[in-house]
Amino acid sequence: MIGDWLDIGPVGQIAPGNARTLPVRGGAEIAIFHTLDNQFYALVNSCPHKQGPLSQGIVHGNVVTCPLHNWNISLKSGEALGEDKGCVPTIPLRVDAGRIYLLREAVVGGNPSAQAA
Amino acid sequence: MNAPMSIQDRGTPRALRERLVVIGNGMAGCRAVEEILARDPDRYAITIFGAEPRVNYNRIMLSPVLAGEKAFDDIVINAAEWYTDNAITLISGDPVAQIDRGTQTVIGKSGRVEPYDKLLIATGSDPFIIPVPGKDLAGVVTFRDLDDVDKMLAAAEAGKAHGGGTAVVIGGGLLGLEAAHGLSLRGMQVTVIHLMPTLMERQLDEAAGWLLKAELERRGQVILTGADTAEIVGKDGHVSAVKLKDGREIAADIVVMAVGIRPATGLAKAAGIEVERGIMVDDHMVTSDPAILAVGECVQHRGTCYGLVAPLWDMCRALADAATWSGATDAPTGYAGSVTSTKLKVSGIDLFSGGDFSGGDGAEDIVMRDAARGIYKRVVVKDNRVVGAVLYGDTADGNWYFDLLKKGDDISDIREALIFGQAFASGGAPLDPNAAVAALANDAEICGCNGVSKGRVVQSILDGACSLDAVRATCKASASCGSCTGLVESLLAITLGDEFAGERAIKTVCKCTSFGHDDVRRLIVEKGLKAIPQVMQELHWSTPDGCASCRPALNYYLLCAWPGEYEDDQKSRFVNERMHANIQKDGTYSVVPRMWGGLTNPRELRAIADVVDKFNAPMVKVTGGQRLDIFGIKKEDLPAVWADLNAAGMVSGHAYGKSLRTVKTCVGSEWCRFGTQDSTGLGVKLEHLTWGSWMPHKFKIAVSGCPRNCAEATIKDFGVICVDSGYELMVGGNGGIKLRGTDLLCKVATEAEAMRICAAFIQLYREQAHYLERTAPWIERVGLDHVKAGLFDDPEAIERLAARFRYSQSFMQDDPWAKRAAGEDSELHQHLAEVRPLMPSAITVETVS
Repeated sequence: MIGDWLDIGPVGQIAPGNARTLPVRGGAEIAIFHTLDNQFYALVNSCPHKQGPLSQGIVHGNVVTCPLHNWNISLKSGEALGEDKGCVPTIPLRVDAGRIYLLREAVVGGNPSAQAA
Repeated sequence: MNAPMSIQDRGTPRALRERLVVIGNGMAGCRAVEEILARDPDRYAITIFGAEPRVNYNRIMLSPVLAGEKAFDDIVINAAEWYTDNAITLISGDPVAQIDRGTQTVIGKSGRVEPYDKLLIATGSDPFIIPVPGKDLAGVVTFRDLDDVDKMLAAAEAGKAHGGGTAVVIGGGLLGLEAAHGLSLRGMQVTVIHLMPTLMERQLDEAAGWLLKAELERRGQVILTGADTAEIVGKDGHVSAVKLKDGREIAADIVVMAVGIRPATGLAKAAGIEVERGIMVDDHMVTSDPAILAVGECVQHRGTCYGLVAPLWDMCRALADAATWSGATDAPTGYAGSVTSTKLKVSGIDLFSGGDFSGGDGAEDIVMRDAARGIYKRVVVKDNRVVGAVLYGDTADGNWYFDLLKKGDDISDIREALIFGQAFASGGAPLDPNAAVAALANDAEICGCNGVSKGRVVQSILDGACSLDAVRATCKASASCGSCTGLVESLLAITLGDEFAGERAIKTVCKCTSFGHDDVRRLIVEKGLKAIPQVMQELHWSTPDGCASCRPALNYYLLCAWPGEYEDDQKSRFVNERMHANIQKDGTYSVVPRMWGGLTNPRELRAIADVVDKFNAPMVKVTGGQRLDIFGIKKEDLPAVWADLNAAGMVSGHAYGKSLRTVKTCVGSEWCRFGTQDSTGLGVKLEHLTWGSWMPHKFKIAVSGCPRNCAEATIKDFGVICVDSGYELMVGGNGGIKLRGTDLLCKVATEAEAMRICAAFIQLYREQAHYLERTAPWIERVGLDHVKAGLFDDPEAIERLAARFRYSQSFMQDDPWAKRAAGEDSELHQHLAEVRPLMPSAITVETVS
């Protein structure tokens, strides 16, 4: 993918089965997940149901279960699974040489000053 | 060793040919030359520079050489004759120092200058050395070439004098484990240090990684996962030990660093060729300089660098197609990237991994486990195509799955039988898993525990056993460990046809398993299962790593079964238990410090008031359990809040846990004119006895000093009503969604007896209830008589249960807040970083920690 990538640091900062957060000043907080299959995903840290912090949910497969009301959210698409309907924005992420990169324009997408660039 | 070998020309005189210089006498460089020669033997006059003073050998077979299964001669790919026969000049032992693109020459370390028309860079990769103190000590080696193997063999030889010697391998990936295996076979005591929680995490999922670890441990290796190296300790300039960040120190006569590789791009970069992680190449392996090609582990193609051998072959073919293309035929299509697969070269361990098994939307896992034979198979299917596979214990079908994956074949016709492998799925048999069972011989064993053959199961069914329970009751098949339940159900379906309802009476833990809670709990104890992946393997879980329902349940069951032994799995806990606070709807937390029996004092109250001020908590509330609840605390402030509360002597109130919550009391005989006993004092004692214990669900206690019951003890899980003559012990009350008053369990005369029975009752509940089952529904389900029988039928039972509870508590009563305040698991509380768009064009990422 073409574009600027933001270096978020080494992969070792997030243990498998866990998530960590990345607040964005003027934008939506991002949750970065590390699955038990050693994959990394980034989503806006807000459940489409009642804005629960997805970063605090249990990760299984490539799904996170929201800590507030147990909605299951796909880490790949941000879509709610099963009977529930809703979607949370995902942020393109790549891992390169042991470091995590996020697509810059997606990180600051909701930020007015950055959009002005 | 750097004298060129003799040259025999044939065909086009060598002097008239284009000059091709190859930097790198490894697998990629030589394979590329072979591919070129196969297409056009007369086109180039070829010169190969090799840094190692020897002919080309198969680097991936160094592991068998180390293990003593092969000799160096066995792994030579091209002996000296190949170079002479093909008129190749081999300059070995003279590493290239510089590429001069201006004059189109390559300059060796010895000063030798070699002109080229086309240059091929095949420098491979360098082992990554972790930058820790002591990395340069003698005895610290990598695992890359034959010299490394020689050093390891020398260490093993030296170790024989003192009982084998000790080796530490840093890195539990493919290469590290092969090194560890070799050293172990050579008689050394090997410890593998791996940073991640799962071995070979790039190729394996948690389930397969666990099986691998268990097998290696069985073979005598020590495997330390989640272990971070702090320092390599030396003595007289030679390595003597490896020190971990948690303080552990492991003795080592030799340390093998196998944490990864980096493309060797130094020469290319110095020559001004475009380099990112690897040397950038197009689909024809041409670099940013059209006269220079690159191939192998040193290149980056379409964003990917490869560290396995199969992609090299594909690259070499594409390279040769382009380098020998005459223009007379269609232009070569080039290299389009590779899907990779991995096998571990450790004898006796069958392991295969290929493609992408991270799943994705619409991707579905098909999992088959056979605990008796140690087999785990997982095939990932998406849009009716195989996209990934992990196989452990039986890899016979690895290549078949990989082939299906690479071809992208539609597998919808064989989907049901896919996991059984090629022989079955493409055998033309009816494609139904039952058919596999139908095909079994009559004397084939179905139930290993009870030695029951297929014929006997079928006979039982024909004799009238029409359900699983009936089969279990008659011929005992699947009545013990239950792992053959699926087979018995298949036999019921085959034998009875439509008459078999196919439904099991038991409610399973979740959709990942066919076992119910009681069976899972029983089998954990019976089979001695001590880790979540082990339970999933032995009990044939149908998903690779469970779900949000079964992981917390298994974590609790293991914690309850093996106190002091089982290591709590934080990632299998709900957020509140992981954060030791209660998450609120806005994502902040509420904090409830423990107040024993509901008592407090000025010091505690001041500390709470100070925390409220300091952290701007918007609300403080008195809870129903007689505690103070501080609301609106951010996750990053939690450790600081806890530190302040700890300083005033307060510990975690566990208001967040499936655990003992609170002991509510009234003032009792000390103040109240109606009080019959010291209910407050007993409440405090009960809370000291029971705090910190994990339970199937939350657990509330209350002690009322007289039958007026001001502490509302009759709607608690365990309630005490004090009367003149002693204490009435009540159980199974609940004031929640479904109101339930307690049942009278018994009446005792003394406080000590009340406490003993409280401990015993809690332990019975802990050992028997299903996860997330409060005492009220548990007692409704099993009956009060069952509970009473469990406590009172055997006069020793109370003491045994109470003793088990006290033993478990000896590991539990450790304030989790204090550990967090001291810095444990700080990553759970800190943001990874913060993004601050300062100006429209500039973004800074501020790293925290």
